[in-house]
Amino acid sequence: MKLTLKIWRQKNKDSKGEFKVYPIDGIEGDMSFLEMLDILNEQLINNNEEPVHFDHDCREGICGTCSLQINGQPHGPDRLTTTCHLHMRSFSDGDTIVIEPFRATAFPVIRDLVVDRSSFERIQQAGGYVSVNTSGNTIDANAIPVNKHDADESFNSAACIGCGACVAACKNASAMLFTSAKISQYSLLPQGKIEATERVLNMVRQMDEEGFGNCTNTGACEIECPKGITLVNIARMNREYTAASLKKPLSNSWS
Amino acid sequence: MAILTSSIARKVAMALSGLFLVFFLLQHMVVNLTAVINPETYNSLSHFMGNDGFVQFLLQPILMFGFIFHIVMGIVLEIRNNNARKIKYNTYKGNRNSSWMSRNMIVTGIMILLFLGLHLYDFWFPEINYKYIETNPLDLERYYPHLLDKFADPVRTGIYCLAFIFLMLHLWHGFSSAFQSLGWNNKYSRAIRGFTRFYAVAVPFGFIFIALYLYLIQ
Ligand code: SF4
Ligand code: FES
Repeated sequence: MKLTLKIWRQKNKDSKGEFKVYPIDGIEGDMSFLEMLDILNEQLINNNEEPVHFDHDCREGICGTCSLQINGQPHGPDRLTTTCHLHMRSFSDGDTIVIEPFRATAFPVIRDLVVDRSSFERIQQAGGYVSVNTSGNTIDANAIPVNKHDADESFNSAACIGCGACVAACKNASAMLFTSAKISQYSLLPQGKIEATERVLNMVRQMDEEGFGNCTNTGACEIECPKGITLVNIARMNREYTAASLKKPLSNSWS
Repeated sequence: MAILTSSIARKVAMALSGLFLVFFLLQHMVVNLTAVINPETYNSLSHFMGNDGFVQFLLQPILMFGFIFHIVMGIVLEIRNNNARKIKYNTYKGNRNSSWMSRNMIVTGIMILLFLGLHLYDFWFPEINYKYIETNPLDLERYYPHLLDKFADPVRTGIYCLAFIFLMLHLWHGFSSAFQSLGWNNKYSRAIRGFTRFYAVAVPFGFIFIALYLYLIQ
């Protein structure tokens, strides 16, 4: 397969980037998108040019490190697929592929196609956990009954790999799908309910501070999410946030 | 204060004010329909709404507040959302993952706002002028002729119809979206979406019908 790649190149955080065009040949349909970029990089290195920087780690669709806006879609044209799992057979000979970094004020570009997604980590740190004491007296997980439906729902939310495609897809660069998945995975379980009020308030506050946009319910995120996280999560977060804001002033907490 | 700072509080406020305005639209359309069915009823309803203290000094200010809040908040959100992605994509395929209506609420909203300006100029300002500035005597028969007079103009009738199309597009996304914002996404959501979409078409269509009717009978 012969392709023309139009790739965003940017030296560092502060430099002004631009698109560069690279022709590439000999691409097979069963190569992954990242393999295709590897081949391009080998060629660039052989020509003494800077290779294209892009994020990747597991290359098996579970870590959430790979990103890329491919022809206007995060993780490319296939549904429920991360870039590392995207196959070149989804493109045809002679195609021009535009490859951009995920764009959001809260995801600044560090270099070429690599963006800084630590804003997601800070949202997690603001409340995406349960406080447990693991010092020698761990309780058997099965000691607390959880109904099957809630357990499954929670598991579905926990499938979020934190890739940021939801932000990249959203016209408002809103992080509500991610944040709501991280809130939902706990709020559905008895262990998570204990800190639920604080969690939703703190995580949403952090999300806003990071400069993500506001959700306007376009639904783009759930279509582009490689892990099938749904808008039901956002509705749950809205509900919990509203309840928590009403409850917080009445509670006896001092924080 | 939370309303001014938190994204979800803004969203909930946007939904509640939106639902309030949606309800107002229905009421407005029903009143207008009386102009088609029976001008006398239209006159007396208009007179009631224009002179009843409760409507004038409680409901009307609440309505104005609802409108202004929804508009100002919509613009604030739009600005914030634009800032959340300062560098735009080179290639962007919005229609692959979302509807035009959902992505262009600000466009349809501003069109409706412009129409609102014309609408107030046509009906509200003359009414205020008549009652409070020129302090004319009460005239129970004046409402229907004023209405007919306005819709004698084909250009104005056309602008009104166009505005109702924008209203339709705005409601198509906005009405069902309000439920999601309030946290309603469950087994009833399909039914709710069906109802809201029917409403989004039926109510503006009702307005269009009334406008055309008033134009055509003259
Ligand atoms: S919700 Fe989906 S798109 Fe967003 S970060 Fe999680 S896995 Fe990625
Ligand atoms: S590289 Fe880990 S999900 Fe793609």
